[in-house]
Amino acid sequence: MNISYMYSLVAVIVLFLVAYVGVMLPGGEVFFGIIIPYLALVIFILGFINRIIDWARSPVPFRIPTTCGQEKSLPWIKPNSIDNPTTIGGVIIRMFLEIVFFRSLFRNTKMALKEGDKLSYEWEKWLWLFSLAFHWTFFVVLFRHLRFFSEPVPALVELVAKLDGFLQIGLPELRISGVVLLAALIFLFLRRIYIPQMRYISLASDYFPLFLIIGIAFTGILMRYFTKVDIVGVKEFTMSLATFKPHITEGIGSIFYVHLFFVSVLLAYFPFSKLMHLGGIFMSPTRNMVNNNRFKRHINPWNYPVKVHTYEAYEDEFREKMVEAGLRVDKPLAAKPPEEPEEKE
Amino acid sequence: MSELPNPDEFLAKIEHKPSPRGWMDTPVEIRKGIACHAAKPERLETVGFPNPRDWSCYDEDWKLPENWQEILHKGFKERLDRFRSIKVFMDICVRCGACADKCHFFIGSGDPKNMPVVRAELLRSIYRNDFTTAGKILGLFGKKVKKSYGAREMTLEVLKEWWYYLFQCTECRRCSVFCPYGIDTAEITIFGRELLNLIGLNIDWVAAPVAFCYRTGNHLGIQPHAYKDMIDFFTDEIEDVAGIRVEPHFMKEKADILFITPSGDVFADPGTFTCMGYMMLFHFLQEKYGLEITWSTYASEGGNFGFFTSHEMMKRLNAKMYAEAKRLGVKWILGGECGHMWRVVHQYMDTMNGPADFLEEPVSPITGTKFENARSTKMVHITEFVADLIKHGKLDLDPSRNDHLKVTYHDSCNPARGMGLLEEPRYVIKNVCNHFYEMPANTIREQTFCCGSGAGLNAGENMELRMQGALPRLNAVKYVHEKHGVNMLSCICAIDRAAFPTALEYWLPEVDNCGVHELVANALILPGEKKRTVDLRNEPLPGMEDEDAE
Ligand code: HEM
Ligand code: SF4
Ligand code: SF4
Repeated sequence: MNISYMYSLVAVIVLFLVAYVGVMLPGGEVFFGIIIPYLALVIFILGFINRIIDWARSPVPFRIPTTCGQEKSLPWIKPNSIDNPTTIGGVIIRMFLEIVFFRSLFRNTKMALKEGDKLSYEWEKWLWLFSLAFHWTFFVVLFRHLRFFSEPVPALVELVAKLDGFLQIGLPELRISGVVLLAALIFLFLRRIYIPQMRYISLASDYFPLFLIIGIAFTGILMRYFTKVDIVGVKEFTMSLATFKPHITEGIGSIFYVHLFFVSVLLAYFPFSKLMHLGGIFMSPTRNMVNNNRFKRHINPWNYPVKVHTYEAYEDEFREKMVEAGLRVDKPLAAKPPEEPEEKE
Repeated sequence: MSELPNPDEFLAKIEHKPSPRGWMDTPVEIRKGIACHAAKPERLETVGFPNPRDWSCYDEDWKLPENWQEILHKGFKERLDRFRSIKVFMDICVRCGACADKCHFFIGSGDPKNMPVVRAELLRSIYRNDFTTAGKILGLFGKKVKKSYGAREMTLEVLKEWWYYLFQCTECRRCSVFCPYGIDTAEITIFGRELLNLIGLNIDWVAAPVAFCYRTGNHLGIQPHAYKDMIDFFTDEIEDVAGIRVEPHFMKEKADILFITPSGDVFADPGTFTCMGYMMLFHFLQEKYGLEITWSTYASEGGNFGFFTSHEMMKRLNAKMYAEAKRLGVKWILGGECGHMWRVVHQYMDTMNGPADFLEEPVSPITGTKFENARSTKMVHITEFVADLIKHGKLDLDPSRNDHLKVTYHDSCNPARGMGLLEEPRYVIKNVCNHFYEMPANTIREQTFCCGSGAGLNAGENMELRMQGALPRLNAVKYVHEKHGVNMLSCICAIDRAAFPTALEYWLPEVDNCGVHELVANALILPGEKKRTVDLRNEPLPGMEDEDAE
């Protein structure tokens, strides 16, 4: 049984306990509230940049876009300028659609062998839908958090928060993004457990970010709706972090520190994990290149000369046979006895 | 094919439920019928590749160099530094599984390691262990921790797994279409095979064509005189069908155009009919418009099995195209129907062996059309060229001579996903045939399925694998066969034409396979030809046989 998710679950529970208990120890608040978050942020920024630079250091020797539509060839054939872009503009649209709407994932199909001998490929929208839901709500939640790090709070942040709470139920008002985020994460997790193929390929490092982000969302929801954390106190504290004059505000409660610790772990973990797809998607040569291969030469910086079999060597080997077959040769046969005249037309 | 179960049993056996254990806990078992024979030593010697020897993948001992791990590690590192694609693809896969059921080999076999993501993980696991910080740190806590992170050490077991599964990928790129990051498992396979070649691990069905092509100019090892013999033979055949004697040019200096196509079409049916098709077309163009197109025996191979070996070998074989065009002083190059040849020509040739500044920007002398899209590489695809001729009404066509055929069209992987050549062949077919039917949308164009035998997997000993790989494609053909009575599967790839006849015989014997230019030549009215009563295959044309009998 592939139970690699247990490792991740245990890891996240341990992290929870570490923060929950740790913050009660002397100096715990400073450690978990100030030192760890700053450290994590530094690791995130340096790690992220380092990874991008590392990728960028390797050249792209060949132009290898995966073409997903008609090429540009004859003037009367309509090219697909997005899925088979020949201009930078086309690439930008292609990338935009990938990044904002997960266009390739949208194509997803589910294969099944039906009636014993009929292969079918049905549109599989759920992964796309929940994945998009997860990423967008994650982004919205992140964006809303800006209100903790800015004073005055930008109007756009206020607006997003308002839209997010448009259902106007509960007190404090229910924010849809948090709930959808949690639901989407649970879907993504269950998918890994229940689809045998997914279970087969999933590693502990696939479950870990899911559990971690579930942990973040869960502690967040807990604070907002249940333990009703002291928002004013939190804001005072987060502003102190944002202005680099960190000081602890008393009485915020352990759950807040767990929340903050989870976020710190996510940040520090990010550059060393698959989460780097955030940066990688921009650098994927099969998606970010222009399919102008035959009209604009692409340069390979390490192109080196290779040993080839030249025509001269070829003719030297086969000259006799070529002449016999009436094929034109560059050099005439050398030691040809005169009584055997060449049969050349 | 005698060892294969019948198709019904074959289908009943396919299970898409992988073992509940993770892939790292399921050891590899190299099976007959799936694996290909190892490369013979003389192939490697011809091209100066390392570690030539007699060996077999079923042996315990693969006779590897002492320091094979070190060689692979170094090779891996070198290539990470050379290819951003590899580096990024190693790092960013989220194992979302979108690619999993897109691979024809997974669909046809149910072997979970044929899911593209796992194929890539086979290499990624070594990458994590050897080249990532996290892998190195977690490694300190032991194998189990390492494994949960998806890292493992390179062992003989792992190497065998690489070899087995890297030669169960046809580098078709279908997975890449569906991956949200465009991760191209073909690229990973290309890279993996390149590594394997560093320690002398290749299959003979790749290594032999490479060696042949290097020496004789084509994959089949046809020497110049024999090549000419075959073309002469086709000349006779054409005379029988059309009553016209065509006169192909060979290595004609200062011809207008150099024509390069895969040698497979010179050698075996049904490719031969496509080859005859080219010859008839060129004859027509010469007679009517004075266009001179020459063949070459030196550059007598469009395909490039170097592509399935290493980037360097691809370059070495590809070099002949430009070299020959330069030597002959032609204006530009016309490329025949071939899949991976066109991936190489379109995405690699100019970069590797260009710039082709000794050639002219391609212009059709007949229609005046400038092939703007080929202005740097100077090589035009024959369906681009012919579509343009048809559009301008320059061909005399009688599509009713293909009325006995109900045709569907298979997009070959490489022109579809490495180029985007989708409409041109369809336009040609629709103008030379009256009965054309598309297969279901999820199986054509950029979503097309591989023939199952590409990238050098068209051998005889891996027949089970080939039938697995061909299943999704032919299942879609079966659909149009049952719905519309389709009886001809057309394509623009010589590997297809080598692969499909066998696969059709197994999965769908009612349907035949042909190249697009066979259809063109059936319809093409040559100046002064006799009344056609048979098609290129010498099969009677319906409605014409009576007159023939009179
Ligand atoms: C440019 C920004 C991003 C894009 C385009 C993007 C795209 C994607 C896509 C297409 C998937 C595959 C579908 C899925 O499994 O959900 C995915 C998975 C994932 N992404 Fe992102 N992502 C981005 C940023 C982020 C960020 C900032 C995070 C935050 C930590 C993140 C976390 C994840 C996780 C955890 C998964 C795996 C979900 C699973 O296990 O099924 N992504 N991403
Ligand atoms: S579709 Fe792409 S990201 Fe998803 S598992 Fe396959 S290779 Fe990885
Ligand atoms: S490139 Fe084709 S054969 Fe290879 S893994 Fe992807 S889908 Fe399968």
